[in-house]
Amino acid sequence: MDFQIALLLGQDGLTNGAIYALLALALVLVFAVTRVIFIPQGEFVAYGALTLAMLQAGKLPTTLWLILALGAAAAVLDGAQALRHGAARKLPRLLAVNLAVPLALWGLLANIDLAGLPLLAQVALTLAVVVPLGPMIYRLAYQPIAEAPVLILLIVSVAVHVVLIGLGLLFFGAEGTRTPAFTEGTLDLGTTTLQYQTLWILAISAVLIVALYAFFGRSIYGKALRATALNRTGARLMGISTTMAGKLSFTLAALIGAFSGILISPITTLYYDSGFLIGLKGFVGAIIGGLASYPVAAAGALLVGFLESYSSFYASAYKEVIVFTLIIPVLLWRSLTSHHAEEEE
Amino acid sequence: MSEKPILLEARELSVSYGKVEALHKVSLKIREGEIVTVIGPNGAGKTTLLSCLMGLLPGRGQVSYVGRVLGNDFEVEERVGLGLTLVPEKRELFADMSVEDNLLLGAFDRYRRGDRDYRTTMDEVYGIFPRLKERSAQLAGTLSGGERQMLAMGRALMAKPKLLMLDEPSLGLAPLIIREIFRTVARLREMGVSVLLVEQNARAALQVADFGYVLETGEISLEGPSGELANDPRVIEAYLGLGGKH
Repeated sequence: MDFQIALLLGQDGLTNGAIYALLALALVLVFAVTRVIFIPQGEFVAYGALTLAMLQAGKLPTTLWLILALGAAAAVLDGAQALRHGAARKLPRLLAVNLAVPLALWGLLANIDLAGLPLLAQVALTLAVVVPLGPMIYRLAYQPIAEAPVLILLIVSVAVHVVLIGLGLLFFGAEGTRTPAFTEGTLDLGTTTLQYQTLWILAISAVLIVALYAFFGRSIYGKALRATALNRTGARLMGISTTMAGKLSFTLAALIGAFSGILISPITTLYYDSGFLIGLKGFVGAIIGGLASYPVAAAGALLVGFLESYSSFYASAYKEVIVFTLIIPVLLWRSLTSHHAEEEE
Repeated sequence: MSEKPILLEARELSVSYGKVEALHKVSLKIREGEIVTVIGPNGAGKTTLLSCLMGLLPGRGQVSYVGRVLGNDFEVEERVGLGLTLVPEKRELFADMSVEDNLLLGAFDRYRRGDRDYRTTMDEVYGIFPRLKERSAQLAGTLSGGERQMLAMGRALMAKPKLLMLDEPSLGLAPLIIREIFRTVARLREMGVSVLLVEQNARAALQVADFGYVLETGEISLEGPSGELANDPRVIEAYLGLGGKH
């Protein structure tokens, strides 16, 4: 390997690593707040990219029907629960909360020329369609069993993953798509060249990570999520509802996932099931961080990116094997060094 | 004592864990501005009573609060919004967050409903517990036992509660700190906060309270103004004997 190839591979590793880092952060967040190991995290990546592609083709994105259906289901469940508790006063608000966004989006999307919109508007609409999936999935799949053991939540995650993959095939078809780069062309750096899209990915990932950091460190809602992760009972006693915290963390996870998909779809062809593998690599990063530490998870995900990129050069047939084998020494090291902390006091 | 309006009333409240009944037809009243204490031995159901009033455990019977019936569907979070707060026996602090952040989150429900005046309340809390101000940047998990209790109480006060429920605030604390905590409880009345104080330390509790209940094996066995209770031979024998321990 000469220097130039090493640089090129490094660039690849950094780009992929940045995306894995975003997904790893989302996984740590969801686990810390809800104890859900969120296997379907990668599905948001595929849904984000493929929804954007449909918008750009001027088609009404099929994801819209999914949020309409899930919104209706959530409204029925919430309504039934309110009626059972004799709280009919809550009904109109529940209907509005669950169905307002999907219906408004339907009304909007059906009446504008989607393909002719500027990219920024298309991205915003894509996020508007895909991100509500996060809190809806939490409402329907996890909220009813929020107190269940981690293993049960994991089993449900597998089920949600399978369902989303199946629906993905139905919605988007088996063909893969690419979307045009945010900025076409490459930047000449003398020894190497950089695609502008790579710069976009790195810049936006960095901005997202800083924004998350500020959200958790400064805003009261971010602190409330951390508090829920630290002590659920304590948080509830402060009026921080576990359901609110769960929905908020799933919203962030969906946002991060969909954004990642939008970022990488100009540099790699994404299929309805591509998200799974991408999400798993973020998961390896999250495991390196013990599903608890955000900075270690992000660093671990970057390591995964580099490892993948360099192993694709030396042993391309084994690149996935090498990446996922990384988990074994990490788990060994974790189980040898971590003490099982008892509940405080 | 003049009859102030009733803040919270429980009527024939029973709570069961599976088939085991932990609380049997307990009735009690707290009037506005009053400090009411529930004393009794370990395992009498004191914590269960508070958990049920706070909505952490479902119960049978009726709980009414400012004239409104709180059924089992009234979630903890909704009760916080109505001005009920609980400082649990285990404190339940956010150990890896700073003292200041813990206090801030005490005002989460107010913030959520658009009340941005929590800084004033924080200054008040720091006024009551100057120690917390000195430690404001420190992680809650590194505080001493007494400081933790102060933080738990301060955090609860951040919600500007109408009724503060304290579960064994003296548990595991040194006598000097216990005195400070009880002095603070007495001050809360001046701030217009009513208190429901659950204690094993009957002597200290009856000193500070207006009215007291004795809870034994899930039932109220005695009740009365705390001065009378403190002189009741049964209470003296069981709870105030030599050394003040049961």
